[in-house]
Amino acid sequence: MDANAFTSPYTPNTDEDRRRMLDAIGVDSVDELFLDIPPENRSPGLDLPPPASELELRREIEAMAGMNLTPGSYSCFLGGGSYRHFVPAIVRQVAGRSEFMTSYTPYQPEVAQGTLQAHYEFQSMVCQLTGMEVANAGMYDGSTSLAEAVLMATRVTKRDRVAILDTVSPNLRSVIETYVEAPGLEIDVVSPGDALPDDAACLVVQQPSFFGYLEDMTALSEAAHLKGALLVVTCDPLSLAMFRPPSEFDADIVVAEGQALGVAPTYGGPYVGFFACKQKYMRQMPGRIVGRTRDTRGRTGYVLTMQTREQHIRRETATSNICTSVGLIALMSTVYMAAQGRRGLRHVAELCYHKAHYAASLIADIPGYSIPLEGTFFREFVVECPRPPSEINERLIEHGIIGGLDVSDQIPNGMLLCCTEVNSRDEIEGLAKALAEVGGAHG
Amino acid sequence: MGSEILDDGRRRLLMDRSVPGRVGTTMPPLDVPVQELPPGDVLRGDLDMPEVSEGEVVRYFSQISQFNFSIDHNFYPLGSCTMKYNPKLNDEMAGLPGMAEIHPHQPPATVQGALKLMYELQGLLAEITGMAGTSLTPMAGAEGELTGMLMIRAYHLARGDTQRTAVLIPDSAHGTNPASAAMAGYDVVTIPTDANGNTDLDALRAAAGDDIAGLMLTQPSTLGLFDTHIAEVIRIVQDAGGLLYGDGANLNALLGRVKPGDLGFDVVHSNLHKTFTQPHGGGGPGAGAVMVNERLVPFLPTPVVERRIDEDGSESYELASPPQTIGKMGAFQGNFGALVRAYSYIRTLGKEGVAAISEDAVINANYVLSRLRDCYDLPYDRTCMHEVVFSARSLKREHGVSALDVAKRLIDYGIHPPTMYFPLVVEEALMIEPTETESKETLDHFIEVMRTIAGEAKDDPALLHDAPHDMPNTRLDEAGAARRPDLRWRPSE
Repeated sequence: MDANAFTSPYTPNTDEDRRRMLDAIGVDSVDELFLDIPPENRSPGLDLPPPASELELRREIEAMAGMNLTPGSYSCFLGGGSYRHFVPAIVRQVAGRSEFMTSYTPYQPEVAQGTLQAHYEFQSMVCQLTGMEVANAGMYDGSTSLAEAVLMATRVTKRDRVAILDTVSPNLRSVIETYVEAPGLEIDVVSPGDALPDDAACLVVQQPSFFGYLEDMTALSEAAHLKGALLVVTCDPLSLAMFRPPSEFDADIVVAEGQALGVAPTYGGPYVGFFACKQKYMRQMPGRIVGRTRDTRGRTGYVLTMQTREQHIRRETATSNICTSVGLIALMSTVYMAAQGRRGLRHVAELCYHKAHYAASLIADIPGYSIPLEGTFFREFVVECPRPPSEINERLIEHGIIGGLDVSDQIPNGMLLCCTEVNSRDEIEGLAKALAEVGGAHG
Repeated sequence: MGSEILDDGRRRLLMDRSVPGRVGTTMPPLDVPVQELPPGDVLRGDLDMPEVSEGEVVRYFSQISQFNFSIDHNFYPLGSCTMKYNPKLNDEMAGLPGMAEIHPHQPPATVQGALKLMYELQGLLAEITGMAGTSLTPMAGAEGELTGMLMIRAYHLARGDTQRTAVLIPDSAHGTNPASAAMAGYDVVTIPTDANGNTDLDALRAAAGDDIAGLMLTQPSTLGLFDTHIAEVIRIVQDAGGLLYGDGANLNALLGRVKPGDLGFDVVHSNLHKTFTQPHGGGGPGAGAVMVNERLVPFLPTPVVERRIDEDGSESYELASPPQTIGKMGAFQGNFGALVRAYSYIRTLGKEGVAAISEDAVINANYVLSRLRDCYDLPYDRTCMHEVVFSARSLKREHGVSALDVAKRLIDYGIHPPTMYFPLVVEEALMIEPTETESKETLDHFIEVMRTIAGEAKDDPALLHDAPHDMPNTRLDEAGAARRPDLRWRPSE
């Protein structure tokens, strides 16, 4: 045997196995199994690199990872929809169990009780955190969760206008736009205090706002319900450990990007979208839902339920096309919430709050910098910089700092800064010092 | 023997295990001066969350995890799901701090390694499918379908072609196809399957008017069959001015044997969690990369990764927005973790290995077909591709044993059930996809078990009706669950 010839470690059959199987099938060669493909299109050849051994490939991908500036090695103050939080070891250990990681969607409940029970825990915790009555087992991410909430609001109200508050993240608004364009829904971007259109299906609010500040939920809820529109809230799940949940303001649908709870930033995904609503709307929910039931011997067990909403039963009249979702990421956030528990979640939220406010107080004192927005913020806030944030961020890199998100398209020279428990006092003070240095005209 | 008591213990939910004062992890103390808290009326009162120790959390989840079948523990011949082995290297590569810890808002200059990987993966997937451009942003197959249909829609509208309101979809298609077409604003017209398992050409011709935006076609179909009239199917749709959407759920059968782009497909998605080994995770995360030919490249979702070669020959990568983009399909750049895994997998196998996947996948399926055809009905008696669809129709008629009973009895033998009652066009369907990562010995064992079950169906049907016997649960009351939804923990009275 040629030691350099490639043999895939993932395909066990040998040439002898194949020959015996082809004999049993009754063909002379494997090519005879592909005769349904038009002759002119058969075996076109693949222009791919040669196979790489595990050792070589590991080195190559590690080198690619090494080309990235990795938060942790750099202090990092980015938020804006993805957050760096400490993830306890047990989250990865539990989610890494191959019984969870390499199992299929739990359509066969008798062989998937682990996944189903974990998803029931997830739904329970999402309900407890948001204060809502029911939740599904998760959506792809917070943005599609919100887009689906908007579509659901139009189904519930049978209206086709969507009001979105102007303080909702531009990324979230973009995804909503993609999802609502084909069904012909109209979007109205509104400011707090504006009256909604009479035929609005919903008012979409982000809490805290994209800029990190708490919205006046009482007024927004009234404005929505006055017109018979649903109040759709996309919230920061960690903020719910500290601030009053949307349910206390009569929110109808509450969604969230769940990444902050136990999931690494991973350059944007995979994450998990939380999706919760009032019980009266539950049969309009998209996505998978786990329910508790009994088996033929009377024992408790779990199943996917209300599947008549879903695409594999209802096809073009389903509430959504979603099929594969993010079961494993939902599990990670479940383990995170369990490990943090009642006190830990509040503690993490308060650490974020104090650190962000400490950072803001330091930066507000730097000549040339100011905090332009007023109100209560959680762990993000906007700084108005003396120069374009992109220039400042370039200089911060030289100080070993990945700065904040450039929001100068919305707030002049605005930079959205985020602090969490992973940002130490040294990092925060280092940021303030560096901002002072790079802020001046010739800094 | 005592197992019922043990089971009850493992089924206790976290909130019922909660004891005030227990904690499951440590957190650093506050290291900055305490800041003034906001007024009490915006603060939350108590938060209902479990209070459990770290060891309790680990044992609880470890115990319930063992209720699951999984690809690392069981053979999973689940049709159209491509439950192949998930290489461990891929997980470690996705978990490298330089991949897992990078933030999606980092400036492109600071994530050149990530962008390089994505750029190369775009090229690898385009080459494998014979296409010109790739979007890595869709987060699952169904979102890939929606992406593709929105691009087809944008293409027609950009040409001022506004009368196209319908999409043709074969009756054997996955439910996501019609659901995605509907989300893209289209009416769905169902095309029947002919007696040989191909697209019914007469019905297709009759439906293919100037009001069709295109055809969504899964190749091979969910019957595991490659349409022998594929060229004619595509010509009919093209003549009507429609575009061809390829559902790549079954791409595993085609790797290296045919490129959808060469056949005339305009867009094809690939479930990276099927063909390219992102672990299925009990229902995701997945990734639904979408590949398109030249005419759809301008409509790709934003962002795509582009490479720039500077005057000094140095390469750099950036995020770009195609000129007529349909917009964003998610907040960021897609499920990057799944992209790292797919890249690692394709590079491990390379040119030789990727092309060989389909051979073993198709041999394995035809081997199962040849060895079980005498004890299960074979509705379409043809060479299959990567999966074979049997029917339990005769067992049902003669012995009152259904596809469901056969599927549940397999569990007693430690084998995951095949896909059942799908595709809908086959009565009592049992759809079996072995994948290329299973050995002949595993298949021989499976065949022996399936033959044994066919025998049991005749001799002792009750054994099958009551299956499974040795799992934490016997069959569950799904109708009751839907009638009286119990969807969350509540305190016991």
